[in-house]
Amino acid sequence: MSLDKPYSDIPDTVVFDADMARLGYHLNQFCMSLMKAPNRDRFRADERAYLDEWPMSEDQKLAVLARDYNRMLSLGGNIYFLAKIFATDGKSFQYAAASMTGMSQEAYAEMMIKGGRSPDGYRTKKERE
Amino acid sequence: MARLTAGIACSHVPAVGAAWDNKKTAEPYWQPLFAGFEPSKRWMAENRPDVVFLVYNDHATAFSLDMIPTFAIGCAESFNPADEGWGARPVPVVQGHPELAAHIAQSVIQDDFDLTIVNKMDVDHGLTVPLSLMFGDVAEWPCKVIPFAVNVVQYPVPSGRRCYNLGKAIRKAIDSFDQDLNVQVWGTGGMSHQLQGPRAGLINKEFDAAFLDGMTKDPEALARIPHIDYLREAGSEGIELVMWLIMRGAMDAEIRETYRFYHVPASNTAIGHLILENNRSPK
Repeated sequence: MSLDKPYSDIPDTVVFDADMARLGYHLNQFCMSLMKAPNRDRFRADERAYLDEWPMSEDQKLAVLARDYNRMLSLGGNIYFLAKIFATDGKSFQYAAASMTGMSQEAYAEMMIKGGRSPDGYRTKKERE
Repeated sequence: MARLTAGIACSHVPAVGAAWDNKKTAEPYWQPLFAGFEPSKRWMAENRPDVVFLVYNDHATAFSLDMIPTFAIGCAESFNPADEGWGARPVPVVQGHPELAAHIAQSVIQDDFDLTIVNKMDVDHGLTVPLSLMFGDVAEWPCKVIPFAVNVVQYPVPSGRRCYNLGKAIRKAIDSFDQDLNVQVWGTGGMSHQLQGPRAGLINKEFDAAFLDGMTKDPEALARIPHIDYLREAGSEGIELVMWLIMRGAMDAEIRETYRFYHVPASNTAIGHLILENNRSPK
């Protein structure tokens, strides 16, 4: 019997549950390694070579190289771990969040100043259609 | 005996720490937020605790995916501010209260809440940003702090009901500690926010307002909110609000709301803040 996952009905959202954590274990642990400055330097010097030290899937590596955060999320990345990548790039949380919405950072920041994204239309996949 | 006098709810956003550390608090974007904590700092100057039991979550800092404790109590003498990837925040080292922490661990585990004991741990913005907001720029934090980390990173996180009941067990432990200490419990994180995916930027002011009301008037009802409602209504990271229920569970059933502040946005997040006092505490 499989577990009930009522949150799979929430649109545009990956819930980082035990299954996703299993899928993304090495991706996320690679991210953790970027907490140390010498590792950040080695990653910056040759990203592909650094990624090849980790038993990640090719899709995960390509998503990191492309800085495709939505793809990383779908492959088991967790946002607090992925934050180590954009911190290494010198980018803010707001930059990363904007990139995942497809908005420019300016447009996203403006939306937040105006009170953020309303939950209306975003509660269920049906509501989103 | 130790006595629990007040509970504080306070969001914790890394950008707030960065704004603080880079002296940007007077900039138009940040000024309203920091102004909202000025009354709190004045209140705190008159109601200084000996110990803060500080409920927060680690953001992939001290705990990677190697170990994910649901509830972890910091029993060390001190805790260093963590380097989260851009250097440690320039704030004082956090001094613990190992004796009270051990007492709470002993009492709460015997009350069926299986805590993880942590004797070595760095603390990230989840813990230090609320300290900065409540105490301001200080050479030393003016009280001891017991860090209490809750897993809200990997789903499922503990339920609101379990957090609320855990708060009651923590209260029982504080009440039975035989040193004369003024203790506060802080619940941090929240309010509505989503940091990931195309739905990022979600803010639900109605949900947040009802949650703030419920903290004072009907915490039992808040404790019945299921996970799915947080995710749906308050965003995937809004589920941090379960940590506020640990604080509320520790407080008296009847409390008075001394102060409330709400502000949107801090980067991607709705900032919520409450000062709650137990009625029997002297006014």
